[in-house]
Amino acid sequence: MFPLILSNLSVRRHGKTVLGPIDLVIDQGGPTMVIGPNGSGKTTLLRVMHGIEHISEGTVDWAQPDHANHAYVFQSPVVLRRTVAENLSYPLSLINLPKLEINAAVEYWIERIGLGKVANRSATRLSGGERQKLAIARALIRNPEVLFLDEPCSNLDGQSTREIETLLLETATAGTRVIMATHDMGQARRLAADVIFMKSGRIAETGLAPDVFDAPQTPDLQAFLKGDILE
Amino acid sequence: MNDITQGLLAALRLILTFDAELWEISLRSLKVSLTAVIIASAVAMPFGAFLAVKRFKYRRLVISIMNALMGLPPVVVGLIFYILLSRSGPFGVFGLLFTPWAMIIVQIVIITPIIASISHQATRELWAEYHDLLISLNTSKWQRIKTLIWDGRRNLLTAGLAGFGRAIGEVGAIMIVGGNIEHATRVLTTAIALETGKGDFALALGLGFVLIGLALFVNISIHWLSRTEREGRW
Amino acid sequence: MIRSLVFAGSLCSASCAQSDILKLAVTTSFENSGLADVLLPEIEADLGIDLQLLVVGTGQALRLGEAGDVDAILVHSRAPEEAFVADGFGTHRREIMYNDFVLIGPKSDKVQIAATSGAAKSLQRIADAQATYVSRGDDSGTHKAELKIWQIAELEPATFGTWYNAVGAGMGAALNTASALNAYIISDRASWLNFKNKGDLALLFSGDPVLFNQYAYLPVNPEKHPTVQYEMALKLEEWLVSEKSAALINTYQINGETLFVFNGQQ
Repeated sequence: MFPLILSNLSVRRHGKTVLGPIDLVIDQGGPTMVIGPNGSGKTTLLRVMHGIEHISEGTVDWAQPDHANHAYVFQSPVVLRRTVAENLSYPLSLINLPKLEINAAVEYWIERIGLGKVANRSATRLSGGERQKLAIARALIRNPEVLFLDEPCSNLDGQSTREIETLLLETATAGTRVIMATHDMGQARRLAADVIFMKSGRIAETGLAPDVFDAPQTPDLQAFLKGDILE
Repeated sequence: MNDITQGLLAALRLILTFDAELWEISLRSLKVSLTAVIIASAVAMPFGAFLAVKRFKYRRLVISIMNALMGLPPVVVGLIFYILLSRSGPFGVFGLLFTPWAMIIVQIVIITPIIASISHQATRELWAEYHDLLISLNTSKWQRIKTLIWDGRRNLLTAGLAGFGRAIGEVGAIMIVGGNIEHATRVLTTAIALETGKGDFALALGLGFVLIGLALFVNISIHWLSRTEREGRW
Repeated sequence: MIRSLVFAGSLCSASCAQSDILKLAVTTSFENSGLADVLLPEIEADLGIDLQLLVVGTGQALRLGEAGDVDAILVHSRAPEEAFVADGFGTHRREIMYNDFVLIGPKSDKVQIAATSGAAKSLQRIADAQATYVSRGDDSGTHKAELKIWQIAELEPATFGTWYNAVGAGMGAALNTASALNAYIISDRASWLNFKNKGDLALLFSGDPVLFNQYAYLPVNPEKHPTVQYEMALKLEEWLVSEKSAALINTYQINGETLFVFNGQQ
C-alpha cells in the first residue's frame, strides 16, 4: 500500500487554485496531524488522498492501489437513515460478508464505542458525539489500512472528544495509519507523531511533532502556533 | 348545498345497503388503479433513482421531459391508445380494447411521469446527503440505487400514493379505451360521469364521496401499515 | 407471485371469454331511455349472449363500427347509416323501432313555441327572439335531426349569435347545460323523461312528424373485420325484430308514458 506519493498535485475550482502544487510522500507511521488556518486546503488534501476529489493536475499514486482499503470520516458525521446496528453493518454488506461474520463485527464495534444500548435506535436520533463515534466505528469496521479524518471533533463536547481520541490512539497503535485534520492545537499535540502544516493551499512545513511544536522553522508556523491569524 | 347533502345521504345509503353494483365498480376501480400503480412504480422508481445518481449527457433534458410529461392530458393519452389498441390499429390483435387491461395501460402511461418525478426529487435530496459517504465506501452504481431506494422508501411511498391518487380519479382516458361497459369496465369515475350526464347529481355525488372515502382509506391504511407517523421520520 | 397471477386472471376473464361476448355500440339517447335495462336480461336469458353496450355518440359509434372494435351498432341517423353500408362497413340496415324528439324550454315559454303549428315554426320563433338555445353540436343523430329542422325553417345555425350554444356533448350533458341556462333544447323523449335535473324546464312541443326518430341496427361487415362476431350479431338482430322484443319495446313506459314504437319487419 505505502508509500503514497503526491506529485505536482493541483486542485482548481472555478478557476481558482484551492490546493497545490503539492509534493508529498506518506509512508508507514503516524498519526499524522494536518494543521493550518481555515481555507488552507486541509480538507481538500485529505479528500485527494482518499480519492474522492477531482484532480486538476499532477498525480496521486499508492504503491499498491487498493481503494477499498482506506476509510474516511467527514467533519459533519454522515449517518444512514437506519438503525445504529444497520449503519455499522452496511459497509460489510456491500462486500457480501456472511451474516454471522457481520453480526460478530457489529457486536464488537457497538460495544467498543459504547452504543450497545441504542443499537436498534434510528441513527438520526443520536447526538453529535454519538454520531461521530458511529461514523468512526463504521469506517474502521472493514479494517482499513489508512483512516482519514476531517476535523471529527470540531463540534463535540469534551467527553466525546476524549473518547474519540482514545479510540484513535488505540487504532493507531493497532497498526492503522491515521491521517487527521484538526484546528484544535491541543488535540494536535496530544495525538501527533508527525505534523503537516498548510497555508493557502500549499504545504508550508512538515516534521516530527516535537520538532514542529517546539521549534517551528517557518515564520508562518511560528505565528500560527502563537495563535496569530494568518492571511 | 342541498345537492351536497343529498349526495352524502346517497353515499351512505349505497354503503350501508351493501349495494352490489357499488361494490363491483369500487372493487374494479381499486383493482385497475392498484395494478397500474404497482407496475408504474416498478418502472418509475428505479428510473427516478437512476436519474438522481447517474450523470450522462442528456440528463437535464430527460429530467425536463419527465417533468413536462406530468402535464400530459389524460384524454389525449386515451385517444392515442384507442387508435393503437383498436382492431384496425397495430395492437388490435391482442384484443385489449374495452377491457380492464386497456384502462390499466393508459393509467400506467399517465402516472409514470408523476411517480418518476417525485421519486427523482426525493432520491436527489437523499443522494446529496449520502453522496460523499457512498463514494467513500466505494459502492457500485447499482448498490447506490438500492441503498437510496431502501433508505428513501418513505418518500417513494409518497410518490406511489401520488400516482394512486391520480389513477383512481382518472376518467377521460379510461372512458375512451374502457368504454364504461356495465359489469365489464365501469369504475367509480366513469359511473360518476354517466350519472352526471343523466342529471342524477345526487347519485353522482354519492359515488364521488365513496371515491373520496376509498382514496382516503387507501392512503391512511398505507401510512398506518408503514408506521410512518410513529417513527417520527416522515 | 401467485396472488398477482390470480389477480391477472380475474382481470382477464372479461376479455378472455371472447366466445359469449357481443359488443354493441349504442347512442346515449338509447341508453338514457332505460330500455336497455329491460332488454338485456331477456337477451342474455334467451340467447346466452353477454351483450356489452358501449354508450357513445352516433359519430363515435359509426367510427367504432368502421374500425371493427364493435360487432354491431344501433343508431338513429339514416344518412350516415346508409353511407356506412354503402362503404361496406356494415352488411345491411335493419329498422327496429322509433321514438320522437321533443322541444324543451323554460316553463314561462316567453317565445310561445307551445302553440305553434310545427317544429320548424317553433325554432323560427326562437331564432327571431334570439332566445337562449342549447344544441348537441356533436354530429349525433339528435343533432342531425335538429339541423334538418333548421333547414326546413330555412335558417343557418352557422350565422346564429351567442344565444345559440353548441355544447358538443351527449344528451344528458346538453340537458344539464340547458337547465342551468334555462334554455330551449331539442331532446329525445326518453332522455327527457329520465332526466333528473329538470330545473325550470318543461316539455313544450311535440308530435310533428319531422320529429320522429328511427332506430336501426347495423351488423359490422365480417369481410372488413374477420374478428367480429357476425353470427352472434345476426342472432341478436333476429331477436330484436321478434315478437317478444316487439312486446317489450311497445310496452316500455316511463311514468306511464310509452316511448318507443316497434316497427321492425320479421
